[in-house]
Amino acid sequence: MATITQPGLEAAQSRETTTLIRVADVHKYYELGETRVHALRGVSVEIGRGEFVAIMGASGSGKSTFMNILGCLDRPSSGQYYLEGTEVSSLDKKQLAAIRNRKIGFVFQGFNLLSRTTALENVELPTLYAHISREESVKRANDALELVGLGDRKLHYPSQLSGGQQQRVAIARALVNRPAILLADEPTGNLDSRTSVEIMDVLQKLNDKGLTVVLVTHESDIARFARRTTQFRDGKIRHDDRISDRPAASEILKSMPSVED
Amino acid sequence: MNLVQILRIAMRALARNKLRSALTMLGIIIGVAAVIAMVSVGQGAQEQAQRQIAAMGSNVLFVGSGTVSRGGMSMGWGATKSLVYDDMSAIVRECPAIKTAAPGTNATAQIVFGNDNWNTRVTGTEPQFFEIKVWPFQEGAAFSQSDVDSANNVAVIGETVRKNLFGATDPLGQTIRINNLPFKVVGVLELKGTSPMGDDQDDTIVAPVTTVQKKMNGQTWLRWIMVSAISREASFAAQQQITSLLRDRHRIRAGQDDDFFVRNLADFAQLADEQSRLFTVLLASIASISLIVGGIGIMNIMLVSVTERTREIGIRMAIGATEGDVQQQFLIEAIVLSLIGGAAGIGLGMGASYMITNTLGWPVLVSTKAIMAAAVFSAAVGIFFGFYPARKAARLDPIEALRYE
Repeated sequence: MATITQPGLEAAQSRETTTLIRVADVHKYYELGETRVHALRGVSVEIGRGEFVAIMGASGSGKSTFMNILGCLDRPSSGQYYLEGTEVSSLDKKQLAAIRNRKIGFVFQGFNLLSRTTALENVELPTLYAHISREESVKRANDALELVGLGDRKLHYPSQLSGGQQQRVAIARALVNRPAILLADEPTGNLDSRTSVEIMDVLQKLNDKGLTVVLVTHESDIARFARRTTQFRDGKIRHDDRISDRPAASEILKSMPSVED
Repeated sequence: MNLVQILRIAMRALARNKLRSALTMLGIIIGVAAVIAMVSVGQGAQEQAQRQIAAMGSNVLFVGSGTVSRGGMSMGWGATKSLVYDDMSAIVRECPAIKTAAPGTNATAQIVFGNDNWNTRVTGTEPQFFEIKVWPFQEGAAFSQSDVDSANNVAVIGETVRKNLFGATDPLGQTIRINNLPFKVVGVLELKGTSPMGDDQDDTIVAPVTTVQKKMNGQTWLRWIMVSAISREASFAAQQQITSLLRDRHRIRAGQDDDFFVRNLADFAQLADEQSRLFTVLLASIASISLIVGGIGIMNIMLVSVTERTREIGIRMAIGATEGDVQQQFLIEAIVLSLIGGAAGIGLGMGASYMITNTLGWPVLVSTKAIMAAAVFSAAVGIFFGFYPARKAARLDPIEALRYE
């Protein structure tokens, strides 16, 4: 894999010493007619630079709501959310869009690529909203695709790529603006088990280079590739554990039967 | 994002549904084409009116006997008998703003040549008449002043009369009977066409004023005097000079109404011009309705497109597009749609204009002003009707939009 410089990569040595995300007593509720649905009931957590956190929980546990708040797609009803020291829950929509554009990279379960748009153009997309020069954005998009191992598929359309390859394009797109954090929401949910491990391998390697990764999953098979797991239930964090003996996805892959991609 | 990229995205989105985009554009194409064709027809009419006015003669003033209104009651032209030949001589002699003048009277008569007969009006005047009206001859020449002095039976005929009475025969030197009096044809006038009021100016016979007065009408007074001012600017001064001279000559005291009227043909020109402009505006407004209908079509399709692309909007927002970015994207799409439609409509409108000229023979004037207005108008339609769908797209909640199937 080619290397690209990521802000924060230098901090790899001082891993988990600087706080990237600090969430303090965050509540989120929705008014549905008369009733108030409490999705988050006081979540407090800190995520350091370079961490790889898996957020787990059953559906309805509040993990998706938490993810949306972390991703600045939603704002907490109360509580604070500091991203790189900035209180983002008080920012307006335009500022939140800028944060999403520059500090957060999203990877979704359904890939969410634009069809009829090449891999390269999909990856370039976030740079279009970042007001950087054309040459720079093409260069970055190329680098990001190389990084996820798709240097030879740049001009393919999503329909010409396998699920695993599409998800790699999505990861490249998430990385192109050099975000502080990669948020992956069930990134392996639509993939078979081998491809899932491949994607986890990509995420592990990025994390090894210093990228902070937050992963939402309900599969413990997938969560074990992280360094830390956070269990949500009923809108609260129930467990928060470090994983000491995390397996390397690349090693697991060797023992898995090879399937045609 | 720069404009080229935005346009590329818009073009790609429109190309995704080619038939739908083409049909949506059709509304704008037809609207713009209708505006251009209608404005061209209107302006053609305007041009023609102006040409006809120019054909009425240069800086012409018309002095008529009688008043337009007296004591609140309209008396009409020819209600008085006070306008005489000496008035004309005095006008030429005493009004500095006047170049020349011709006296006149009219009669309607039956003209017979051989077995053919024709009813037309006979204008009695002097040779300067043709000069003032700027009316050349296709054959022969005007009768002379001596023909006027001795009230000779000579006549100049218009093209319509020539066609109806003579057909292929050469009318020059032939004798026609006007109200049973024999007249010798000395000249044939060139085709002049229709007047702004819609009369066939070529359906006429011109004879010496004295002949018409004495032998046909049995009158000594004039119905009108046609006056040519020294310049266009002088025509207003000429009008005042004539008015005060004639009031003086006719011994009209202050406070009394004139027993004549002076009409400046420049006023006429203005009226005709205003009418044809009104006509243009009317046609353009009717055509604009189809442009608005086309705009509603754009709005409709853009709303469908926003719904269909909810997920795309969600993705774009998640990766950092602001509300403004999304709004701009959809607005540009609507504008591109209407501008391409506008461009095609301009082509079609010009084609239609030329076809109107060729098949219906109407004068048509395709003006750059109309084309520019159509271009601006179609862009405005795009902005106006694209705004609401674009706003709707921008207001989507990214979380909801991402979840949209």
